[in-house]
Amino acid sequence: MEIFGVPLQAMYGQLLLGLVNGSFYAMLSLGLAVIFGLLNIINFTHGAVYMLGAYAAYIGMSAFGIGYWPALILAPLAVGIFGMVIERTMLRRLYKLDHLYGLLLTFGLTLMLEGLVRSVYGVSGQPYAVPDALRGATDVGFMTLPNYRAWVVVASLAVCLMTWYVIERTKLGAYLRAGTENPKLVQAFGINVPLMVTLTYGFGVALAAFAGVLAAPIIQVNPLMGSNLIIIVFAVVVIGGMGSILGSILTGLGLGIIEGLTKVYYPEASSTVVFVIMAIVLMVRPAGLFGREK
Amino acid sequence: MKRKLIAVLVGMALAAAPLTSAFAQAKAGGPKLSDGVVRIGVLTDMSGLYSDLGGAGSALAAKMAIDDFKAAEKGKAFPIELVSADHQNKADVGAQKAREWYDTQGVDMITDALNSAVALSVAKLTAEKKRILIDTGAASTRLTNEDCSPYTVHYVYDTYSLANGTGNAIVKGGGKTWFFLTADYAFGHSLESDTANVVKVGGGQVLGAVRHPLNASDFSSFLLQAQTSKAQVVGLANAGGDTINSIKAANEFGLTKTQSLAGLLVFITDIHSLGLQVAQGMMLTDGWYWDQNDDSRKFGKRYFEQMKKMPSMNQAGVYSAVTTYLKAIQAAGTDDADAVMAQMKKMKINDMFAKNGYIRADGRMVHDMYLMQVKKPSESKYPWDYFTVKATIPAAEAFLPLAQSKCSLVKK
Amino acid sequence: MSGSGKMSAIGYAFLVVLGLAAPLVLYPIFLMQALCFALFACAFNLLIGYTGLLSFGHAAFLGMAGYAMGVAVKWWGLPPEIGLLVGTAAAALLGYLIGSLAIRRQGIYFAMITLALAQMLYFFCLQAKFTGGEDGLQGVPRGHLLGFINLENDLTLYYFVFAIFVLGFCIIHRAIDSPFGQVLTAIRENEPRALSLGYDVDKYKLLAFVLSAALSGLAGSTKTLVLGFETLTDVHWHMSGEVVLMTLLGGMGTVLGPVVGAFIVKTLENRIGEFGQLLANQTGVEWFRTIGDSVTIVTGLIFVICVLAFRRGIVGELIALFRKQRA
Repeated sequence: MEIFGVPLQAMYGQLLLGLVNGSFYAMLSLGLAVIFGLLNIINFTHGAVYMLGAYAAYIGMSAFGIGYWPALILAPLAVGIFGMVIERTMLRRLYKLDHLYGLLLTFGLTLMLEGLVRSVYGVSGQPYAVPDALRGATDVGFMTLPNYRAWVVVASLAVCLMTWYVIERTKLGAYLRAGTENPKLVQAFGINVPLMVTLTYGFGVALAAFAGVLAAPIIQVNPLMGSNLIIIVFAVVVIGGMGSILGSILTGLGLGIIEGLTKVYYPEASSTVVFVIMAIVLMVRPAGLFGREK
Repeated sequence: MKRKLIAVLVGMALAAAPLTSAFAQAKAGGPKLSDGVVRIGVLTDMSGLYSDLGGAGSALAAKMAIDDFKAAEKGKAFPIELVSADHQNKADVGAQKAREWYDTQGVDMITDALNSAVALSVAKLTAEKKRILIDTGAASTRLTNEDCSPYTVHYVYDTYSLANGTGNAIVKGGGKTWFFLTADYAFGHSLESDTANVVKVGGGQVLGAVRHPLNASDFSSFLLQAQTSKAQVVGLANAGGDTINSIKAANEFGLTKTQSLAGLLVFITDIHSLGLQVAQGMMLTDGWYWDQNDDSRKFGKRYFEQMKKMPSMNQAGVYSAVTTYLKAIQAAGTDDADAVMAQMKKMKINDMFAKNGYIRADGRMVHDMYLMQVKKPSESKYPWDYFTVKATIPAAEAFLPLAQSKCSLVKK
Repeated sequence: MSGSGKMSAIGYAFLVVLGLAAPLVLYPIFLMQALCFALFACAFNLLIGYTGLLSFGHAAFLGMAGYAMGVAVKWWGLPPEIGLLVGTAAAALLGYLIGSLAIRRQGIYFAMITLALAQMLYFFCLQAKFTGGEDGLQGVPRGHLLGFINLENDLTLYYFVFAIFVLGFCIIHRAIDSPFGQVLTAIRENEPRALSLGYDVDKYKLLAFVLSAALSGLAGSTKTLVLGFETLTDVHWHMSGEVVLMTLLGGMGTVLGPVVGAFIVKTLENRIGEFGQLLANQTGVEWFRTIGDSVTIVTGLIFVICVLAFRRGIVGELIALFRKQRA
């Protein structure tokens, strides 16, 4: 059976791949959604810290012999702390100003981080191997899916769900949401809002770094890996609605699938389809699919 | 008083030095040089996407060539200066820098110029200003076809020679059915069509192609299509990060177990960053390999001491280009562009870089190219021991035949 | 009041004289390039500094106009001045299309739409045959202005480019000083208020957007005329970021700020290698020599410093200093 000229078997394969990519996009945009949704900071460094996460894993492996599994925890931790330092020293001064300045500062930081990594490691990239436990592929009937990709889906969705749950359903999340809507009032209740903000920013950065470690075995670890993805990630968050965690998760997944279909029928356009969707969504539903306009 | 006297004497001695050297040079009957010195400019990408292929390495290679030339001339060489600049992969910056070099700093020859957009604009400028461009880094065949000029030499490789070498060799070796993974821009398209032609002429068949956007982050979907086609060979008509990611994903999805990969533009730096585990078995065409003979090894090791990596064909090409240029000036007795070009086109180029090399009327430097196969990790005995040289593609066959050239300088 | 008016007139006259004399001292091609970018930055400033709209896709206008101009002069054989008009018109049209879609939203959403649409244009330019793809549109002739003035001569071309720059600058200045400009400032300060006062805010924003796009297009066409080619660099989003940097560094919302910013950034881009050598020689710190390889790091650093400590930009800080001294 064929759908528009593509056999059904092949279609299943492409959809599955789309799902894999989608869960990765969801994971990657999650950190950005947390930072913008809760803190109203437009964090352009998201791509750069994703790259730093991958490099942290690489450096951990080559210099310290730290394997993949510990790196999944350690790399986000290290990069998250770095993110908190940035928030404390630089971003904090810009909260009173127009969002624009946060965007420009983080854009400048991105250039610096990418330039520094490039000057140390060169631009071709470093190898990073798939961990032994996840090598090989499984035949799922219509295609052979590498085990590692299946793991990416599982890990991404798990983290996404956990994050969503913490923010939307727990007390801690409630404090966070209240603290960003009305900091003075929440501060009056005795909750240390600035500390919460810093920790949240660090968490968002750590999510990006986690995505970086996930990506290291499949995408070449190079200084520019973030800048290729950053615009797409922004588009996902904007489409999903900049306040909404669930929005970016669902949009990430949806985009992965739509992109997957585009790659079958009109592969040349698979990089631009996200922008077309973004432009349409912003025209029709300005706050994004799930967002609330502030 | 004594101090003043000494100062005056020292001053006179210092002033006399350049005079005497100029005098000595004039006496020795050295070449007549524009403003008395030969200036060579290395215009490359120092900080961006291609910095590993050229960059500081190209500047070093040029410096080594100048030092070696001076050593060979035993101190009687004419004055030579080197300048280098980062064009940042922007044709604006590249053309601007080249113009400034020609107009205000008396640069006589520009080399490297990787990135075709930069190369094409600098080639035009070079022809206007009557200097010389020896391009080692760009891939576009336009430099010796539609945009050829009497002042451009395309020194190392182009899309045709790469496609031809790899395509021919693989088809002859039994890889008859092909599927292409093509980057969706002019370079990718031309690489695909050049190789497809070679495959068809060799009796092979192109089963299909998929065009992916430039800098795509994930290739799994495209590779799945390649697998479904059941072609024997998957040709990678892309470059840089796209090629690297394609190869990585091909390994992951087990494509390399049943099909073979043909890298149409792959540099040794790409293999280095991939690692042999992932890249093993791949066939590619290269213009030069550091481990292919004693001369190249010597050069490679000298380069490695400074740069901590082995040179790519581009950087080795810069060394050879500068040496050839300087030798041509020596023979021609002047650095006037017309005379030097005429001289260069007469020369036979046999050095650590090129074997059986010569420059044709259309500016194309033809030389032997090599079909390489990436070694298995077990076969690699020392760092950067990556390739087995499978075959030598003789100069006469490697490049677009002169008769087919679209260059206006070629007399038909 | 008239006193300060007189002063700025003298100030401008001085700058014009400086501009006329400059090519005798500095390299004309560099000056022309810098002037084109200065015009681009001024046009961008009209939008961000005076209307408060951050467009993250302004490169689209610079590049598209350059391509249009290149096609007009190279393939249709039109004279340079008509080519410039073609380029400017193309940019204005594109500005109208993108603007009418983007204006509906504000703040970051506006910026994102401009970015998305500019990215789509980038991919279009990458594919289209007439742009030459990544090889670029090469070999655009300079031609004869008005049929008889040969623009091949760098100096002649310089005065033409300078005249264009002055023209563009005057248009912007006039727009800012007019009632139209006042409304724009009102919109920037408090849009709901302007709306409540009865102004058709969307129409004003669109008009400002198209004007900004058109003048960016003029800058792009002129640049293609000077350099003789147009490449994808001019439609890439890094170029959009670069113009933001120029305006920020020079001073958003000041008249001369973008000009200063453009000149500094262009000088940096061209001279960073030599600058690094100079610093290394002066301070004896060898690491400085390598900043010649690191335009991105230096650019990023300037962004960061500007945003943290130097928000008003160079000209803005100078004006503030001047005012403080007077008071």
